[in-house]
Amino acid sequence: MEVSMTVNGREVSGDVEPRTLLVHFLREDQRLTGTHVGCETGYCGACTIHLDGKAVKSCTILAVQVDGANIMTIEGLASNGNLHPVQEGFWERHGLQCGFCTPGMIMAAVSLLEDNANPTEDEIRHGIEGNLCRCTGYHNIVRAVEYAGAKMRGEEPPPPDWEEGS
Amino acid sequence: MTTTEHKPHTSPEIGGLGHSRKRVEDARFIEGRGNYVDDITLPGMLHMAIHRSPLAHARIISIDTSAAEAVDGVVAVVTGELLADYDLDWMPTLSGDTQAVLATDKVRFQGQEIAAVIATDKYVAQDAARLVEVEYEDLEPIVNPQRALEEDAPVIRDDKEDQTSNLCFEWESGDKAATDAAFAKADKVVSLETHYPRSHPAPLETCGLIADVDSATGQTTLYMTSQAPHAHRTLFALVAGLPEQNIRIISPDLGGGFGNKVPIYPGYVVATAASLVIGKPVKWVESRSENLISTGFARDYHMKGELAVTNDGKILGLRVDMLADEGAFFADAQPSKLRAGLFHIVTGSYDYPAAYVTTRGAYTNKAPGGVAYRCSFRVTEASYLIERLVQNAAYELGMDPAEFRSNNFIQADQFPYHSPTGFVYDSGDYETAMRKAMDMVGYADIQAEKEEARKEGRLVGIGMASFTEVVGAGHGEDYDIIGLKMFDSAELRVHPTGKAILKLGVKSQGQGHETTFAQIVAEELGIPAGDVKVVEGDTDNTPYGLGTYASRSTPVAGAATAIIARTLREKAKKIAAHLLEASEEDLEWETGKFFVAGDPESSVSIQDIAFAAYTNPPPDLEPGLEGVHYYDPPEMTYPFGTYIVVVDVDPESGQWKVRRMVAVDDCGVKINPMIVEGQIQGGLTEGFAISSMQQMSFDEAGNCTSSTFMDYLVPTAWETPRFELGETVTPSPHHPIGAKGVGESATVGSPAAYVNAVVDALQHMGVQNIEMPMTADRVWDAMQENSGG
Repeated sequence: MEVSMTVNGREVSGDVEPRTLLVHFLREDQRLTGTHVGCETGYCGACTIHLDGKAVKSCTILAVQVDGANIMTIEGLASNGNLHPVQEGFWERHGLQCGFCTPGMIMAAVSLLEDNANPTEDEIRHGIEGNLCRCTGYHNIVRAVEYAGAKMRGEEPPPPDWEEGS
Repeated sequence: MTTTEHKPHTSPEIGGLGHSRKRVEDARFIEGRGNYVDDITLPGMLHMAIHRSPLAHARIISIDTSAAEAVDGVVAVVTGELLADYDLDWMPTLSGDTQAVLATDKVRFQGQEIAAVIATDKYVAQDAARLVEVEYEDLEPIVNPQRALEEDAPVIRDDKEDQTSNLCFEWESGDKAATDAAFAKADKVVSLETHYPRSHPAPLETCGLIADVDSATGQTTLYMTSQAPHAHRTLFALVAGLPEQNIRIISPDLGGGFGNKVPIYPGYVVATAASLVIGKPVKWVESRSENLISTGFARDYHMKGELAVTNDGKILGLRVDMLADEGAFFADAQPSKLRAGLFHIVTGSYDYPAAYVTTRGAYTNKAPGGVAYRCSFRVTEASYLIERLVQNAAYELGMDPAEFRSNNFIQADQFPYHSPTGFVYDSGDYETAMRKAMDMVGYADIQAEKEEARKEGRLVGIGMASFTEVVGAGHGEDYDIIGLKMFDSAELRVHPTGKAILKLGVKSQGQGHETTFAQIVAEELGIPAGDVKVVEGDTDNTPYGLGTYASRSTPVAGAATAIIARTLREKAKKIAAHLLEASEEDLEWETGKFFVAGDPESSVSIQDIAFAAYTNPPPDLEPGLEGVHYYDPPEMTYPFGTYIVVVDVDPESGQWKVRRMVAVDDCGVKINPMIVEGQIQGGLTEGFAISSMQQMSFDEAGNCTSSTFMDYLVPTAWETPRFELGETVTPSPHHPIGAKGVGESATVGSPAAYVNAVVDALQHMGVQNIEMPMTADRVWDAMQENSGG
């Protein structure tokens, strides 16, 4: 079946089987491998992308379901070489280790901050509970989202837990 | 929270030890430009899917692949019978046993590999894999090691000629006679029977491989989720009979490992064989369910511990008997000479003369594995047992558990400490770490609150664990993997412009080696860490090493890095003497430069020295500034700490909540405090997971009932407690930079603290034990059984 959609601002189309998952269309047809697959039950969130501006899990959507939609993946988040504040926050606050959950976690966090510009810690933890991380224990991910939220509000981010060095 | 006791010696621009340097690897990960195995596509690549056994124990009557072969797009269907032609139907395990690659005679666990379909498309491969028809004759599934060792139990490993029962191994450590004598003198014997449940590392990236065999040249390139690429290459050479120089293993970015990517799995072998025969690249990537049901599990030790104590609170001896559930093939990833890993570290942080440990391993109809899941070869089970026993002993004696620990700690002046089971602890100060944790949590206040709370109908508990880890295996004389000594290596080249490349035999799975190992070079040579590129995970382009697991990268490869950097500094000194027209004896080193003693103006930078090494070396000196060091550690390193958990238990439901969790860790000198804290946060979460929810479970038929993330409960940000970190710094005396390793301390030490806290809340009811995971119903049951109603 023919599908076309906008992916990271670019019109794309492809010939897919009706059963082709969106995540596979993105990873294999479009070669956008930043979106990951960590499970097949919609639990881990590594495949989180934005569908018409909302964070969704692309492993539980068929490519044909999003014909005509506007998709953004992790590869489309930085603009003109500038990192999105959430990407910056993950780097500044050590919000990642192996990096496998990171793209999905970042896409979920961007969506969270778009809905709630000044979330509490509990709201952040609820907001990312659909994304699993096996390395960090989430503490620094929460700090990363707080950093990004402050930046997006034009405020000074809270200091890191460690002494800032090089 | 970060250390102030150990200020960095270098400027932030140099970024040596002690700087919380931002991670260099993050640049690619935050933009989705990591490169994991499944991200790689090769021209003409085929896809492999595996048909697995639905049954835990059954004889195979027949395998019919015709329907699978008939599917459009299927290139080949591989069975064990076909592999037998290449002598690849069975393979060796890391514990000297054998494992079926594709089953031909029997299936021995649910999820066992039977056939593999190679197709042009991954969906087609999976469709066809389902069409493989296998006829079975049911056999009794054996789902626990107690049943396995009964006389009338069917023999699971009837493929092995000498195997007449399901006994997998017997092993002992320590001194039986001395321990019996200690127990004879005891006022009390405190015992605990408990099960450390089967768990699974479940890295978020599952295991996978792309095999690319060039039939013209014989060159075999394997893109593999490997924590130990060099050792795996050697194993491939030995098992498949391929010339080792023609095998190149590339372990690209790994999405976590935690021990799960140490073994060699049947899927790797079949995909490689398929590529060899078909002549095209073959990709195999597991699904999550496949990862959980068939790859390396962890733990699953049934333990009975007895502590001999005196009435005045001294430990005299420890006796432990264990039964290990090994699954269908004995595939523990552990040093070859040890059948129960480093479990005999079970004497813990305490000083007493006698201990005796016996272990039996049993074959069962479960997946093989026994990997060191974020721990060092069974030290997690050991630490759990002793820390649980110590708390129960304190209760038995009417003592405060902290005071009982204090009574028995190995004292700071006893190091190096020779343990009764043969370990040589390098350094420690257990009392200081425990007191610090107690101060942070407000120990006395919580103890006082407990009484008050009970009057109000609330249940409050406080529990601690004062653990000792053992990491950084070897040395090689005692520790080897299939004969390969457990050294590691570092190769350092400083280029003419003063920029360096460091190549390592270990392999990061998220630990941040590209950042931290550059900091070691920066510390030793004064080259800015940003000018040092770290390369790992490519066997053609890195020196031989045993890999990253059991927290061994910093203790072993970190030492190799420091030593090779110092060796290059010695050579740099000769070049500096030549450039400054001074004698070597007159030169002094200051970060990044040599200068003439008493004349600081007469100096030459490491960058100028590097340039001269290629453009103007002394006439009697070999050009270049490069070297490799293989480091065989003299002993292991022993990180330690005290974790304290405060819980509120709901008397109505048995639900418990972590109110406080204080973690004081001592991992020696820190390379990068930010990364150390990140490792501890992650490890504490895994410890919480195991104590509260995460378990591999099976029903009576041997069906794995935790085969997805819906059933195998991994904590989210919401359940994960908030942790408060503290530290002490006790350098390792034998490590070149005093570091000990930290990636696993928290997973090893914390489960006992959680359980101790919940037991403490219920202890007044007579509750002495609750099994992990401490689900609300288990806690509730414990309250009912002990409160008469």
